[in-house]
This record gives sequence, C-alpha cells and structure tokens, in this order.
Amino acid sequence: MAFRLGVDVGGTFTDLLLIDESSGGTYRAKVPSTPQDSSIGVLNGIERVCENAGVAPASITHVMHGTTVATNTILEGKGARVGIVTTEGYGQMLQIARSFVPGILAGWIIWPKPEPLAPLDLTVEAKERTGARGDVVRELNEDDLREKLAHLKTKGIEALTVCLMNAYAGGIHEEQIREIAHEVMPGVPVSISSEVLPEMYEYERAITTVANSYVAPVVQVYVRNLEQELKQRKIDAHLHILRSDGGLASVEASRNSPVNVLMSGPAGGVAGALWIAKQAGYRNLLTLDMGGTSTDVALILDGVPRKRRETTVGDVTVRAPSLDVRTVGAGGGSIAHVPEITRALRVGPQSAGADPGPAAYGMGGDQPTVTDANVVLGYLPSELIGGEMKLDVDAAVTAVQTVATALGLDLKRAAAGIIDIVNENMFGALRLVSVQQGFDPRDFALIAFGGAGPLHANALAKLMNSWPVIIPPSPGVLCAYGDATTRVTDEASMSFVRRFSETSDAEVRGILDDLEARARQELDAEGIAREDQTVQYEVDLRYHGQGLQLPVSFTAEEFEREGLGWLAQQFDDEHTQLFTFALDAEHEIVTLRAIMRGAETFVEAGHVAEGGADPSAAKVASGTVYVDNRDQEAAIYDRGRLEAGNRIEGPAIVTEMDSTTLVLPGHVGVVDGYGNIIINPIGH
Amino acid sequence: MPVTIVQTNDAPFEPVEMDPITLDIIESALRSARYEMDAVLYRTAMSPGIREQHDEFPMIANPDGKMVVGQFGSFIHGFKREYDGTIEEGDIFLTSDPYSCAGAISHAPDWLILRPVYRDGRLIAYASMFGHMTDVGGKVPGSLPTDANQIYEEGVVIPVVKIYKDDELQEDVLKVILHQCRMPQWNRSDFNALIAAVRLAEKRIHELCDRFGVDTVIAAMDELLERNRRAMLHLIRNTVGEDETLYFEDYICDDGLGMGPYKMACKMWRDGDVLVFDFDGTDPQSESSINFFLNEEMFKMFVGVYMINVFDPQIMFNDGFYDHVDVKIPPGTLLKPLKPAALSSRTHALGRIFDVLGGLLGQRAPNLMVAAGFSDSPHFMYSGYSSEGEWYQLYQIGFGGIPGRPAGDGPDGHSLWPSFTNVPNEFLEAYFPLRIEVYETIADSGGPGLHRGGNGVTIGYRALEPGEMSLHDDRWLTYPWGVNGGLPGGRSRKEIHRADGSFEVLPSKCDHVKVEAGDLLLFKTWGGGGWGDPLERDAALVALEVERGLVTRAGAERYGVVLRDDLMVDEEATTALRDTMRAARGEVQLFDRGGTVEELRERCLEETELAPPKPPEFNRRVLRFLQEREAKAAEAGAAAE
Repeated sequence: MAFRLGVDVGGTFTDLLLIDESSGGTYRAKVPSTPQDSSIGVLNGIERVCENAGVAPASITHVMHGTTVATNTILEGKGARVGIVTTEGYGQMLQIARSFVPGILAGWIIWPKPEPLAPLDLTVEAKERTGARGDVVRELNEDDLREKLAHLKTKGIEALTVCLMNAYAGGIHEEQIREIAHEVMPGVPVSISSEVLPEMYEYERAITTVANSYVAPVVQVYVRNLEQELKQRKIDAHLHILRSDGGLASVEASRNSPVNVLMSGPAGGVAGALWIAKQAGYRNLLTLDMGGTSTDVALILDGVPRKRRETTVGDVTVRAPSLDVRTVGAGGGSIAHVPEITRALRVGPQSAGADPGPAAYGMGGDQPTVTDANVVLGYLPSELIGGEMKLDVDAAVTAVQTVATALGLDLKRAAAGIIDIVNENMFGALRLVSVQQGFDPRDFALIAFGGAGPLHANALAKLMNSWPVIIPPSPGVLCAYGDATTRVTDEASMSFVRRFSETSDAEVRGILDDLEARARQELDAEGIAREDQTVQYEVDLRYHGQGLQLPVSFTAEEFEREGLGWLAQQFDDEHTQLFTFALDAEHEIVTLRAIMRGAETFVEAGHVAEGGADPSAAKVASGTVYVDNRDQEAAIYDRGRLEAGNRIEGPAIVTEMDSTTLVLPGHVGVVDGYGNIIINPIGH
Repeated sequence: MPVTIVQTNDAPFEPVEMDPITLDIIESALRSARYEMDAVLYRTAMSPGIREQHDEFPMIANPDGKMVVGQFGSFIHGFKREYDGTIEEGDIFLTSDPYSCAGAISHAPDWLILRPVYRDGRLIAYASMFGHMTDVGGKVPGSLPTDANQIYEEGVVIPVVKIYKDDELQEDVLKVILHQCRMPQWNRSDFNALIAAVRLAEKRIHELCDRFGVDTVIAAMDELLERNRRAMLHLIRNTVGEDETLYFEDYICDDGLGMGPYKMACKMWRDGDVLVFDFDGTDPQSESSINFFLNEEMFKMFVGVYMINVFDPQIMFNDGFYDHVDVKIPPGTLLKPLKPAALSSRTHALGRIFDVLGGLLGQRAPNLMVAAGFSDSPHFMYSGYSSEGEWYQLYQIGFGGIPGRPAGDGPDGHSLWPSFTNVPNEFLEAYFPLRIEVYETIADSGGPGLHRGGNGVTIGYRALEPGEMSLHDDRWLTYPWGVNGGLPGGRSRKEIHRADGSFEVLPSKCDHVKVEAGDLLLFKTWGGGGWGDPLERDAALVALEVERGLVTRAGAERYGVVLRDDLMVDEEATTALRDTMRAARGEVQLFDRGGTVEELRERCLEETELAPPKPPEFNRRVLRFLQEREAKAAEAGAAAE
C-alpha cells in the first residue's frame, strides 16, 4: 500500500492528512506545532496519524508540505548573516533601495526605515562590468576580489549573495565569483542573481537573491533534519515543499531557491480551498483566510489561482512568483482605537497578537479587539463547543466600552462598528484582487476559512454580492489537503527585452525550448514520467515604453499556430480588460518563462451523512446576537452533528473546534454532501 | 465672468444624519479609489517620470470643489474663478497653463485633467489628476529651459479646454497639442492613462452612491471635511501661541543666469482661530524660469499635512480646515510672478517651501522640528539621436538625504515626495545610450547630529553616444541647515570628466551641455541636515557607519569621535575631543546654516570651484508694479488711521 501525506505547519497547530492512494481513504491528525524546530512537530504528527490509520510509517511514499519556516525567518529577523558582492559603484544599492518612502506628503517625518537584509559592512564591490546586452565591458579582477572575500570571511558571514549589474543578460562574472567564493570560504552557501532571478532591475534582483541567502541556512537545516528523521523512521518518501505560487518543489529545489517558498503557508490555504470548492462545484472563488493578526485573500478564476511575480513578507518584497495573496492587517486580534485628534474609529493594523491576545481571552489583554467585539455582539458564544477556552465576556465588554465612550455610542453599536470597519478593511483587500484586476465580485463565490473567516464571511458577501459563501469543514486540515493534492512544479525564466520587430517567432521558440529543458530537469530527477509532465509558457509583455508587464500564458500549439501576433492580441485584450483601452504601440517582450507541472492527484473529500432539511438535531443551545441594530434570538448548532441537506436559517451560529460560523438574518446555510455550509440570501 | 455650472436637475441634496461608522467606511472607500487612480496611471503611462517615478497627483473633490481625498489640495475654486465657460455633463477639461487655473499646476509640463461627475443630472463630485510629461516642446528637450524669460518659450501651454465634450474626445485639439511635443507617443499614452484614472474615480463614486445613496455620500464628504477642520483647529490652537510672530527665511541659490540667492521669507502668526502665513519680504520674481506660482490653497494643504500626519497617519487628508489658514503671497514676487513670467524650473522653490514650513512650524512643535532636507527634485535630462538615428530623451528625478528628524536618522538617498521611486539603472542602460558607473551615497554629506541627516547620492552617467544634457539642481551655495545642535548637510555638486581628460565643475542649473561618447557626468545631490547634538551620538554607531562607508574616518571627528586604526572607538580620545568641542562651540543655536549668505558668497569660489552669483537684478516692470502696490498699501493704511 502507498500513502501520500499532506502536512501543514501553522503557528499553533500542525495538521496532517494521510491519503491511501489506492482507495482514496483519508486519516487526519492535529498536533501542537514546535516553533523552535518545526520538524519535531511534523514527526510527532506522522506518528500520530499513522497510529490513527493503523499503517506503518514506512508505507508513506510522498510527503507534501506547506511551511512558514521561511516566512518566520524574515518576520523575526532571524536569518543568516549575509554578505553581498556587487559591481563596483553599486555597494549601497540595498541602502538606497528604490528611494521610496511610504505614506503621504511628509510621511518621511515618521517613517521608520528598515535595515537592509545584507548590511553595508558585509558588502564588497567587484571590479568588473557587464553591459546591458550581456557583453563584458570590463573583465573581473579576480585577485582584488579574492582579497576582499578573504576579508569578508573574517567577519563570519553565513551566506553570500552575488548580484552584479546586468547579470540578467550575462552571468559569467557571477559564476566566476561563485567559484572563487567556494575556494575562499568553502561551505558558505552562495546565491547568484543570474540563477535566482535572471530578470532586469538591479535592486529587485539583489533583494531577491539576498532574501534567498538570508533564509537558505534555516530552510536547509530544517529540510535536512526532516529528511534525516524520516530516514531514521525508515520512511523512504519523496519530500516536497509547497512553493509560494502553489506548485510543489522538490527538496533539492527548495534548498537552492528557498526564496520560492516564502509564502508556502498561505499557498496551502488557497490550494485547499480550491480543492474542496471544485468538488462542491465552484471554480470561480474569492478566498478569505482570516486569522489572529491578519487576513489573506486571493482570487481563483476558473479553477486557477491568480499569480503575481512578487512575494511580500513584512517589509521585504522580492521578485519571486507567488499566488496573488493579499494580506491586510485585519484579524481577530486587531485593536480598535479612536485617535483623539480626529475622533475616527480605526481598527488595526496594531494587533494584540496571541499574547496577551483579545481581552476576552483573559490573558491580561485589555485593549478592545475584533474578537472582543464579536463576543459583545454574541457572535462568539462564551463557551465554545469542543473549545478549550472559556471566553471572558465581562472583560470584552469593558474593553469595547472604551471605544463606545470615545465615540459617544452605546456598547453594541460601537461593537458593530468595529466589525463593520474590519469588514471594510478586508473588503478593501478583496477589491485589490477582484475589482482592481477587472473582475466583478458578483461572479465569484466566497470561500472562508481560518479561525475567524467564517464569522465575517456572510457580512463580506453582502458587501460584495459574492454568493454563495462556502464554509468548508475543519479549516485547519484544509491546508493539508491543499498540500497533499498539488502538483510538482518547476519553472525557468529569462529576461529577454526585445521589441517584436527586433526578434522572430523562431528565436523566441528557441529560447522557450531551452527554458523548457531547464524546467524539466527537476521533474525528471523526481522520476516523473515525461508523459505526466505538462509544459506551459508565459511571456511578460508590454507596450514599448510602458512600465507595466502583463503575463500572457500560452501552449506550444498556440505559439506554433500563430506566433507573436497571437500573443500581442492576448495582451491587448488583457490590457483592455484591466484599463479600458489598448494602445497602437509596438509590443515588447520582457521575460520568457516555461512552467513544467507533474500529474494531478485526485483525492475526494469525505462525505457527511445524509439528512433532512431540519437541523434541529444539531441544535445545542440558543443565544442573543445583535444584528441590524437590535438583539435577536439565534440558534447555536454543533457542526459535528450537522447532516447533508440541513438548512440553517439565520440568525444562527455554528460552532466547531477551530472556528465559528455566523449566518445572518435573511440568509440560509445549507449543508452539502461534503459538509460544507453553503450560505445564500433567502430566495437567492 | 465666472464659470456656469449646467445641471438638468437642480434638486438640492437631502441632509442626512451621519453615523460615524458609515463615515469611516466611506472615508476608506474614497481612499481606496484614490490609490486605485495611482495604480492605473503608473501601470499604463509611458514616460518614466510618471510610470517609474510617479510624478503625478490625484484628487477627488465634492460638488463645491473642495478636495475630499488627494495630495495637493483643491484648485477648483481658482479654476471656477478664472474659467468663463460652462461645466456640463460629459465634459473633461485639460489644462497646462498655471496662469489659467490660479497655479493649480505650476508649470506647463504638468497636464491637469478635471472631470465633473454627474448623477441624475446633478453635479456630485469632481475627479482630477495631473502628471508631469517628459516633454511638451519648447526651446530645450524636457521643456524646462532654465534661461527662459517668458512662459511662451517653455513649450505648448494649454489653456483650459474641454478635451472631451459629451464624452467625445476632441481629436483635433489633442492633435494640435501633440504636434508641439518631441515625444508625442508618450504624451498620448500618458494622456490616456490620466483619463483612465479619472474615469475610474468616477466609477467608484457612482458605486458608493449605489451603495449608500447619493445624499449620504454628499453628506459624508461634508462630514469628512468637517472632521479635518475640527482636528486641524485643535492642532492650530495648541501648536502656535496667539501673541507671537514666527519668522523664517530660506533661499534659492541661483537663477541659472548667474544671479542669486533669491530669498523666500515667511512670517507666521495666529489670529484667533486662523493661522496666517505672510510671504511679504520674498524677493521679486526672477528673470529666469525659477519662479514658482504658488497656489494659496496648495500651500494650506502642505501646512495641514505636515501638522496632522504626525498625529493620525491613517487620516484621509482634505480641504476641510481651509478657513483656518490664511496665506498671503504678494504678486510680483518669486512665489506669485506676473504673467508671462517663465515658470518651468519651479521645482527648486516648490521644494524649498517645505524647508521654510519646517523651519516655521518646528519652532513651536518639537515633533515637527526637522532639519533642512532634500527639498527639491533635481532633474537630469539627456537627449539626442543615437547612432541608429533614433531620437532618445530622458527626464529623470534625483534624490538625496532625508533630514535628521525626531524619529531618527534621515534615510540615505530617499525621496521626500510621496510615492516617488528611483529609475532602475538597468532600465536606463537598456533604453538609453548610458552606462551608470556610480550609484552610491556620498559619505559625510548627511549633516552630523544626534540623528544624522541622510546622505546625498552620486550618480555617474557615462555617455555612450554624443548628446545633450540639462541639469537642474540647487543647494550648491546655501547649506541644508541643521537643527537643535545638528550640523548642516553637504551641498550638491556637478562635475564632468571628459573623455579627452579635461575636467570641469558645472553650474547647478544649465542646459545644452554637449557631451561626447565616453564623457562622464557626476551628478551629486545634497544631504539632509543633522538633528540634535552630534556630540551625543552613540560613538559605536558612528564607528559602525564608518565601517559601512556612510561616514568617513575624518567625518567621524565632526561627531567628536576618534577611531583607532582598526576602526574601533578610541574611548579616551573621544571623550577628550568631545569635551574640547563642547567648550569651543559655545551656546547651541536652533538653526545652523553653515554661515551667512555673505560668508558663503565669500568662500564660494574656493569651496565650490564656481564663481559666486551676483546679487539679483529685477525686471523694471515688476519693480514698478511692486512700488505702486506698496504705495497703495501705505495710502490705504494712512486712510485707515
């Protein structure tokens, strides 16, 4: 028997999902995460899930894994001591960055500038120069560099980045420098920009390569521990890590380019949402993953999540492909406050976090948070079914009252205001991925997960007119499903800045063939049969003279048939959708890319028992909720007891171990065969 | 004759009781709309000035023309006063003439688009945006001729025209305009992008009305204005005492014609609930194009943003407080020149206004007390025909040091302007016959202080083809001053190293600099002034900055820090040096300008390798105008007594 294992390492819990490849049967486990070395939690979980399933760990053939280890390394500033080699005259490019100061006019007065990931005292300049077309203008002075690297070595660097001017067009000097670095400082991992990101724009390439160096040692140690421990337990499985763009990378690939797994965690959520929504019959989705400090949103069009060419973690934005997941600082722990000068109600971005957490958690927090507002309004019952924590209603009331007093409103009106504002903030993020990209939210269903997502989803869907709302069961394990069911992916790209008149179909075809061969290597090494590999090409295009680039995807056949002209047409259409006009200007290629994917794994979601429309068997209590400016009686249901076909009319609350769902008056939630609650306005 | 607003529906808006939550939601939606306008423009515009550097500003105003969300304040009052046509549904206005819109835009390369938004036959809002075009024709590529005397030399100047009527583009008008420009395809694309942005704003306003009802949206805009008014009033009362008049002056170093410096003087006092700024004492207008037609409303916005950003950075800033600020700018001066004075190189004075403002406000508000900074947008222009016969033309904005500030050190080589970014050097090398050989900050150019000023930047441009350059910069003679004991930042400098081995220091402002392939221009911007006592700065931090190349070993001594040969702090020598310096300097002054104008002039040639500018000579017509005005004022004063 062969088993496939999906693992999602979250901040608090590690979720595991074991899938029997022959029968499709699944087994789950949830164990505490072990932040000091998350591989321990993973291994604990493996033991637990195998025990549950009664199978030997050795029968696991694939481990697919979403992790926040790289993300946290950056957020906590605990990465490697990175040295950097630049072209002479460019040593301070990370210090100057893009000269950008966030905020409004005079924003510079208060802006705290982050320190570069690779400090200036660990920067050396190489005497060398490559021109814009990849031509060597000045040969590398090796002796000079050797001396500088020897000095750098004495400063105890743990990783080295090489980023030279125009290396996207020609990386010979970077390769030379890597060789020298290996001689001078053996054992120090070297990232070179022409490999990590062979794309134009020196700052973006440098910061991406540095970020790669910065997280590399941590990711490498983590992966090595995991591999060794798996081996010790006689688990001879292919280990994969979920990439930020939703593909799966081999261990080797994530070791070399850990910058590609920075957003591995959120990608698992999107993949999981997609997996269950597809089975429920929805392919156009807005995803809403609301946690304690922030909310991630994404858009899925016809079963494909939208991607972008950059990844943002905290202050750091790198050019690495990721699912277009936008994050807002709005979560259950977001703090509401009323600035004295303007008397406006602001919610977030400051958060009470996990410690001390919302006032209602009774752990010493006294600031009013979104969770406290939910408690005051009765949306979060004080005793959660299956929950380990009893909520302190009085503390929540006291905290929210401070905002109510400052605003001159009564308590519940103020609490409702906090919810309205935080919903509006999330609405803003959802607009970024929908309306701003030319998509009408009315054409999408809203799928909500994360601890707090199901509480806010119904209200958000009302704002956006996105129906139905889908609340999948067990939001934690959803990511593990995502991890277990994604495809092995690799890609190769190259900057190739040419106007259409400066190149030809044949030249482009030749480059695509090279890129395809490069992208294929990884999958071949994984032992994925050629017939299971599918290639997709992408080209970033723009009008000559324009700053933006839009990716256009195409297949070999499409290019064969119509070539560059067809790409131009696709670009014009996309430009018109986004900006309402196309231009009569020449098209220009910026980047070419080949994306190679392995076969899809199909795993069916579990079924819940069939039942009638009446949900009363699952009703466990009733409570008072404040909705539409008045107190209303609401039934409280235990999600575990709901059956397929049950109709839950709002106002109602559905609780389960790791989340609570609110169904608003005028809406009805119907349980489908997979246990999803599908919420629609009554009569919709 | 003022403007006529045509509406087919004259029903007044119903008053609506506004609850604070709805208000916050509408605020947030309007803010999103404003940032969406930016995003659309950046992505679709073509000239690097807009798409890479973001030289543009959006606005949404209420039906009275007050800015509800935006950056630079509303100009619509001035526009309505000056324009004698109609405003009708389906109109989109275009202008680039500062003299036709009371200085809403301040030079001809800025194209301003204004769209009145109608709903059910009623005017409910305005959406507007302007962006800086790379070229609008005229006597030099880039259209910023420093030596221009009249605006007619500065390219195509578009009066207020309806570029759309009934939502139909007036193709012929656009054709006439584009025909005057060197890079018409860029102008057309940027124009399209501006139109797309205001149309998007219009769409968002309608969506808000669909969601909340038009009366609620109108009431919310009023209330947002009111909220700002209340907040600002609070700040005004608490920041400035009623019995004092504060004064500050700063300078534009020269006019590009060998004369300078030009004084910008401002007095500030509080008259009840009104904060008054009076620019009396500012020098008369210049004979070159460094004049800055300063719109009074825009200056109010600068004041407000400076004050409030520190207290509620999330606020959506607007015009609500305008009645509480009064701005007096005498006509005929550098800040309100008489038509047809040239205006194109107003960037220096526009930037310097912020130093003046900081110098005034900071005297009474410690959290606003910042040093002088990179108060300018230095421009670099490069154009010519490549060896393949193609015309190339670059307009690039440079950056320098952010001033030392209460919050900490000023960042090195950053922008004081919101949303601006640099142009990637690989982009320049891919599209222009240039190699950027140096791109680094200038050690020691940040003014020493407890909080160091940011360093200026050197960009080394190696020309790969023969061509022509234009330079626009300032602060080469006067220093970016330090505050609270902080020292001044370093001044700017331009050098050209010719392929034939010769070397020349170029003036700060010049056009038609011919270059050959192989010539290297070093464009050095200036640093930010220091904040607080440099002798109090952590000596280990100074040592680290020496190791980082941001401060030199000699420069460390300006902080009283002595380093050993291994670049570690020599504690003993440092204490001794700091004691000596403390004793020698005497009482710490609030501002350190690095010398009086006379002293700077005297040391000029020796220190800068450039001759000192001659004292400005002013135009006879302007002087007569000013004299007559003064006489009239005296007469009125006497009559009043």
